[in-house]
Amino acid sequence: MATKKQVNPTRMELTKQKKKLATAVRGHKLLKDKRDELMRQFLDLVRENRALREKVEQGIAKANKDFVLARAGMEDEEVNAAFIAPAQNVSLEVEFKNVMSVEVPVFETKTRTADANDIYSYGYAFTSSDLDGAVSSLSDVFTDMLRLAEVEKSCQLMASEIEKTRRRVNALEHVMIPTAQENIKYIQMKLDENERSTQIRLMKVKDMMLEEAHHYKEKIEERGREAMGE
Amino acid sequence: MYKIGVLGDRDSIYGFATLGLEVWPVTTPEEGERALKEMAGTGYAVIYITESLYEQIPEAVLAEREHNLPAVIPIPGVSGNTGRGMADVKRLVEQAVGSDIIFNG
Repeated sequence: MATKKQVNPTRMELTKQKKKLATAVRGHKLLKDKRDELMRQFLDLVRENRALREKVEQGIAKANKDFVLARAGMEDEEVNAAFIAPAQNVSLEVEFKNVMSVEVPVFETKTRTADANDIYSYGYAFTSSDLDGAVSSLSDVFTDMLRLAEVEKSCQLMASEIEKTRRRVNALEHVMIPTAQENIKYIQMKLDENERSTQIRLMKVKDMMLEEAHHYKEKIEERGREAMGE
Repeated sequence: MYKIGVLGDRDSIYGFATLGLEVWPVTTPEEGERALKEMAGTGYAVIYITESLYEQIPEAVLAEREHNLPAVIPIPGVSGNTGRGMADVKRLVEQAVGSDIIFNG
């Protein structure tokens, strides 16, 4: 890895870097756990999403077919008149559930009339029975449609959260932590090096001072001369 | 109290009115985009949109993805299924996992 921004090889910086490393390691662990748990829940949810979508798409396709059939046997105006004033009105109560810090919606339906099956907004006199069948096939699929909305929205929110978390985990794992480790190593080596050089300098100075005080060298030379001259 | 809306061409969606959903028939993509924005701002929690309309205004739909509400859900219209809804689920898996491990392919 290319050397990045240089750090000051001081003890203060070393403490700072060590703290940074500890935070990064802890954050990495937590985020990794979050990602794994989100992923687990997401996979369950997305499987349900897929199954529901298949079901809903089939159901709506069938309902559409029924509607086309019903319209074929009726005047356009009659169809319009039949649907002009819906008997039923659905509203939603939305609560949010917190899944690993992702706020996912939970829907609860409220129908205006007490009977949720009160869906035929017309008298049966002027409409074909095909229309009744079409409306009923659409209402069959509605519960699944609602659940699909809930699940699919949750999947979307969770997927983007997982993506974000994964990026953070990777940034910590591959950038923050190695950088901090490298910095710590660099500072420690530099400090050690400084210490050694100070030690050597002291030893040298001590030697010099001792020499000055006791004149060892001269004494050794003198002794040597005496031995030779003797 | 939130509402549920259905957006698309009239033939595909008028049936939903009987269920008590609010239908927003539109004929052009521009109209659809405007309607979608209006619905998002006026208390709709769920918006079902026909896949054919979705295909024409994907940016507007994807922009709503980021928010907690509304949930914009593609459904097949009367002209058939474009497969966009399923493709989106598949894309979600790819976004989250990195590769598609649910649909295998």
